[in-house]
Amino acid sequence: MDYEPVIGLETHVQLKTRSKLWCGCANEFGAPPNTNVCPVCLGMPGVLPVANEEALRLTALTGLLLNCAVSRYAKFDRKNYFYPDMPKNYQITQYDKPSAVNGHVDFEFQGGIARVRITRAHLEEDVGKNFHFDRNSGVDFNRAGVPLLEIVSEPDLTSADMAYEYLNALKDILIHGGVSDCDMEKGMVRCDVNVSLRPKGSPELGAKIEIKNMNSFSGARRALEYEIPRQLRVLQGGGKLAQSTRRWDDVAEITEEMRTKEHAHDYRYFPEPDLMPFVPGDAWLEEVKRRVVELPLVRKRRFMSAYQLPASDAATFVDDVALGDFFEAAAKGAKHPKVVANWVINNLRAKMTETGTSLDAVRLKPEHLRELIQLIDDDKISGTMAQDVFGQMFASGETAGKIVAREGLAQVSDTAAIEKFCDEVIAAHPKSAEDFRGGKAAALNFLKGQVMKASQGKANPQRVGEILERKLKR
Amino acid sequence: MLSQLTIFELTEKLASGEVSAREATQACLDRIARVDGQLHAFLSYDAQDALAQADAADQRRAAAGDGRLLGVPIAIKDVIAVKNQPLNCGSKILGRFISPYDATVIEKLKAAGAIVFGRLNMDEFAMGSSTENSAFGATRNPWDLTRIPGGSSGGSAAAVAADEAFATLGSDTGGSIRQPAALCGCVGLKPTYGRVSRYGLVAFASSLDQIGPFTKDARDAATMLGVLSGRDDRDSTSVPEPVPDYTAALDGDLKGLKLGLPKEYLVGGLEPEVNDAVQAAMRRLEKLGAELVEISLPHTGYAVATYYIVATAEASANLARFDGIRYGARIDGKDPIDLYGRTRGAGFGAEVKRRIILGTYVLSSGYYDAYYLRAQKVRTLIRQDFLRAFEKVDAIVTPTTPTAAFKIGEKSDDPMQMYLSDIFTISCNLAGICGISVPCGFTKKPKLPIGLQLLGKPFGEEMLLKIAHAYEQSTNWRREKPVLGI
Repeated sequence: MDYEPVIGLETHVQLKTRSKLWCGCANEFGAPPNTNVCPVCLGMPGVLPVANEEALRLTALTGLLLNCAVSRYAKFDRKNYFYPDMPKNYQITQYDKPSAVNGHVDFEFQGGIARVRITRAHLEEDVGKNFHFDRNSGVDFNRAGVPLLEIVSEPDLTSADMAYEYLNALKDILIHGGVSDCDMEKGMVRCDVNVSLRPKGSPELGAKIEIKNMNSFSGARRALEYEIPRQLRVLQGGGKLAQSTRRWDDVAEITEEMRTKEHAHDYRYFPEPDLMPFVPGDAWLEEVKRRVVELPLVRKRRFMSAYQLPASDAATFVDDVALGDFFEAAAKGAKHPKVVANWVINNLRAKMTETGTSLDAVRLKPEHLRELIQLIDDDKISGTMAQDVFGQMFASGETAGKIVAREGLAQVSDTAAIEKFCDEVIAAHPKSAEDFRGGKAAALNFLKGQVMKASQGKANPQRVGEILERKLKR
Repeated sequence: MLSQLTIFELTEKLASGEVSAREATQACLDRIARVDGQLHAFLSYDAQDALAQADAADQRRAAAGDGRLLGVPIAIKDVIAVKNQPLNCGSKILGRFISPYDATVIEKLKAAGAIVFGRLNMDEFAMGSSTENSAFGATRNPWDLTRIPGGSSGGSAAAVAADEAFATLGSDTGGSIRQPAALCGCVGLKPTYGRVSRYGLVAFASSLDQIGPFTKDARDAATMLGVLSGRDDRDSTSVPEPVPDYTAALDGDLKGLKLGLPKEYLVGGLEPEVNDAVQAAMRRLEKLGAELVEISLPHTGYAVATYYIVATAEASANLARFDGIRYGARIDGKDPIDLYGRTRGAGFGAEVKRRIILGTYVLSSGYYDAYYLRAQKVRTLIRQDFLRAFEKVDAIVTPTTPTAAFKIGEKSDDPMQMYLSDIFTISCNLAGICGISVPCGFTKKPKLPIGLQLLGKPFGEEMLLKIAHAYEQSTNWRREKPVLGI
């Protein structure tokens, strides 16, 4: 029998707030252990949580970015379990009334657009981090109480690669939206995978197996690449799979069973009595809506269709939003947006790298670039000249017209003037003229060079070629 | 005796310079030295620190500083955090824990100039009605040392009744202020839920807990409530309701006021002497101009059951943090689970364990709907009973407790009997309304105080204080003092 995998993901993302979720401690990575702590995030006796409003805003914003309905009534609940990294031995989370529900993420996969439905996105607190030493263990509570968003997908994924692409698309959206830095090295993104197999085409789901402890997207992919064949072998061997939780061993590259359904935790959720339900008003939601940005995939598609850019250029302008915005301003009304894109990507970006200048410090304005390209199109300056002018524009912020006028760089396209240079050069180099007439095509390049030299580089090289050829063939 | 004064009387003498804060504090310390060996209201107190605070208060006054409680010594139930003072909640599990911060109410008391001193005995984690559940030994009733002072704030009630402090703070989850106030013969006020910040109150049941004062009379309760009340940004459940001058509302008669007598409260088990005293108090209130009206609170019969589901469920989570990992006593184990089991097994007393187990059970998968969810629905009905009643009456009058103080050990083997001593006080917390207990007489032999309970609308503390004050002014119960230190 043929089987197909059914995969759903639970992704945990640290939100980009200045302070923690329930207290004023810094939400900051890398501080010495237990320095970003206070009575509240240490779960001292008598303390109370107070919700960080920016975390609630970022949660709603994420909901909007993931095409979710943002709840008009959300509440917090206590999830009870004992673990040394958990200061209160319950985690404050959103159980049955999450902040956002029913969304979707579109992403590029295998040459098309795939869609994964989002069940819910809810806000909860992170826990501390355990450290094990030779003879004892320690807990760093700096991370305890950091706002964490859990984004739960529907089981719409069908392969390890698809899961990997979904995770990357999700990460791009969250970084773009300013919701999270998604720095995996700093543990800002973690995910749990739910995977089961079912006979191909069957509407029923197989026994759900949850895999925990993947701390990178590639880890999630490798875990699935291990787990799917493992389940397949069990089923094809006539075996049965039971609902269970497994752990990914990143070193051995295998999954191993942690607990079965019979030993599943009973988290005894109940409404958090220390916090009021969150009921956002219209004005509050409007404020969040103003922070919604264009989604990466939408932007990429728009750049490809509106400006006829290749996917690679469009991707560049998605990855670097500011650079893309610069391009859009410069390309306004341009006949050949691709030329503008080349200048932005090849020249502007290279100069920025070379000089270590950030875009907001660049003095060259998008309309200045547009003017420069117009001068080339109008044969006012040559491509070579334009490189030089661009260099000066970048350095000084002056306009192309101003530089060209001051330096006397305007290209000579006036036929009479060029004819005069050509006549002089032919007269001065009879041997070369003879060579050309005798069939040595290379001689023309020499003569062309001499004309350019005589015109101090201002003659339009194309016109020079045409005129020389006409005169020599006569 | 100086420590017998009310706050009102003391602050007048402090203002005139007749008495210094140091003298007032020393008077409390002397009284404690004399009687607390018998009572055991205090778990600990730092005399040096109290006197240093008193000197600072005297200096503040000399520098023309003021404060509604400037120089008034006030002692604190061991469940409220005071910076640099022990915080044990009547339990062994906190070990030698010293609070690193002040509760909001403590900041407010200090800002008002009070001398915050002493840790008062209580039932472990405020679970109990007799203070016998303290890990540090029972507190005794000042009127009869063989009897309990009530609970869970037994130390707070006994300390005020015995003049060891001018006022104390307690906490009330199901009657833990009003019941011991009644049994010790002082005034105990449970404010409306959200009136006083809970930040720094070690939670027993978060949706029911409220901090309140024990005082010698209603006027002092008004003064204390004015200092303690108000919205606190550190407590999301505190309410931004304006804080009136509660003392300004005390005067005036009771003409035209309607007082409700809930027919469901005429239960069996009400001691005849308690009933007589409460009936007499009602007649007195009528004489003062109030009209008594029978009302119905139809869901009263479900209150105790509802309470023990909601309160224990919340407690099972609230007490999970006492695990020996970050602070408090720890008994090591071979792994975390073993460590938790040993630490909590040795650290918690029997009643606390009983309630954690009950609370864990009612929240368990498969039982949640039948217990916790159902209890929350009944709780809403109980609140509606009260709100409906308050459409007809200005306050509700009941006995505070069905009996006067019982003997130490009398009910400690029977948790259900113990739970039933809270039947008149529990509904108030479930409904989130306010309540006060004022002395209304004594039993004859032995002479034990009896309390009258007044229940008020949400944020209706002014009305309660006005009625309590008028009643008190027409009687002399508050002048009776227990005989101690012989």
